[in-house]
Amino acid sequence: MKELLNLIEKDARYETKDLAALLNEEEGQIDEQLRQLEKDHVIAGYHTIINWEKADQEITKAIIFVNCVPEREAGYDKIARKIAKYPEVETLYLISGKAEFMLQVNGRTMREVSSFVAHKLAPTEGVNGTETMFILKEYKISGVDLDDTREDGERLLVTP
Amino acid sequence: MTFEEEINQTIRYIKPSGIRKFFDIASTKKDVVSLGVGEPDFITPWHIREAAIHAIEKGRTFYTGNKGLLQLRQGVCDYYRRRFNVEYDPEENVIITVGGSEAIDVVLRTLIQPGDEVILPTPAYVAYAAIIEMAGGKVIEVPLEEKDEFKLTPEAFRKAVSDRTKAVILNFPGNPTGGIMSEEDYAKIVPIIKENGIFAITDEIYAELTYGQKHCSIAQFDEIKDRVVVINGFSKAYSMTGYRVGYILAHKDIVSMCNKIHQYTIMCATTPSQYAAIEAVNNGDGDIEVMFESFRQRRNYIVKELNRIGLKTHMPQGAFYVFPSIACTGLSSEDFCEKLLEEENLALVPGNAFGDAGEGYVRISYAYSLQEIKLAIEKLEHFLSRYR
Repeated sequence: MKELLNLIEKDARYETKDLAALLNEEEGQIDEQLRQLEKDHVIAGYHTIINWEKADQEITKAIIFVNCVPEREAGYDKIARKIAKYPEVETLYLISGKAEFMLQVNGRTMREVSSFVAHKLAPTEGVNGTETMFILKEYKISGVDLDDTREDGERLLVTP
Repeated sequence: MTFEEEINQTIRYIKPSGIRKFFDIASTKKDVVSLGVGEPDFITPWHIREAAIHAIEKGRTFYTGNKGLLQLRQGVCDYYRRRFNVEYDPEENVIITVGGSEAIDVVLRTLIQPGDEVILPTPAYVAYAAIIEMAGGKVIEVPLEEKDEFKLTPEAFRKAVSDRTKAVILNFPGNPTGGIMSEEDYAKIVPIIKENGIFAITDEIYAELTYGQKHCSIAQFDEIKDRVVVINGFSKAYSMTGYRVGYILAHKDIVSMCNKIHQYTIMCATTPSQYAAIEAVNNGDGDIEVMFESFRQRRNYIVKELNRIGLKTHMPQGAFYVFPSIACTGLSSEDFCEKLLEEENLALVPGNAFGDAGEGYVRISYAYSLQEIKLAIEKLEHFLSRYR
């Protein structure tokens, strides 16, 4: 199962019959495993990695540290779930260090992201403070190096 | 005028590699799809590349001692103990060479006296026979057979031994067949080596690509360990072909004799490459696992596909080659590969490039992306529809 997950984590577009051949299993078995993994939310979703800058689309991303106080019994989970509900929040982690949460927020413009922080995130109950860092340039996303100018060496056509 | 009469006649009559000829044809064509390369398709892991860059930046670009950096020899010994359970001493038993290729040359020239016979199971990597001949030895080919999964059987081995036998060359997992020898397989041939007092030269360059079981080194057999010369290197396990770093592991007397040739011809392996190799051998086990998994998957894929399109292919247990029979086409290996290149723009390597025993087979490397393999399979299927 780990091998299957490793494969589709790198490329979600493998066809089932290819996965079956690579893993030396039957197509039906792979289908069944994928269905079960989706059902169990081990596979939580499928995404495409897009270099928006190349697509000539305006997009603004920011990393935001959030300080907050945990709630009795619920700890950080309740407030985290509240923050996670905002569609602007792309990722949300509980972290060690000087802040409690680290978020990545996506918006069209800086104004849109700022407005989200000022009007939605900061006033959230339990949030004590935020620190916003705008992303200036992306070099690598989800393990994919966005540098398309790099030149990898070329192999010969035939060698012993 | 030619100089053919004047040059070394041994060199004159050595056959040029059949692969070279094929490469020349392929190079003249455009948009060739190739499954003909004998090297991994991964770029060297970054931490290893970075170690080479760092060495250059720090000015670590002088000669090293002939046998190579002690830290690297130590790393190699630790690696052989850790992964294959064989003990060697970094001071006495190791020489770092310029790839496994130099190691093959040095070892054969050290051991062979004119007229000595060297047993070579074939199909085999192209360099062995040529170097045996250059060293003045006589090649005794032992054909490996598909029905034996291209293993060296004790019967075939024993038949080839004579009182002039100096050594046997073992290359398991092997290029081009992907055949392996398990501990049980070796246990059957070790007594023959011991009884006849011959050397076992074991080229273990593909050791890390052994599927379904752990690689067994024949050096694990204590009763013949002094007669075993291990050749290995960094090219295949860490995808470091262009760095040219390999090594010899052997009894101290053999190592000190090998070192004479090495010191006078090579001086030492490239210094920044040695530093990269230190990083690889000490911190590269994780890279090996990643590449191994990917090769095993592609092996599964290509064997299934080749059988589907009608090329009977057994599942090889090592390396990154499959070696299917092309008997169903009635073509010779060379005709098959030439027509395939001509008509479909697909380059494979004819089996007879690896010795007569390879006739009727082709070598297909799966060190390619799945997309490339798919495209090649399509071309091959198209080709077979006409020649079967």
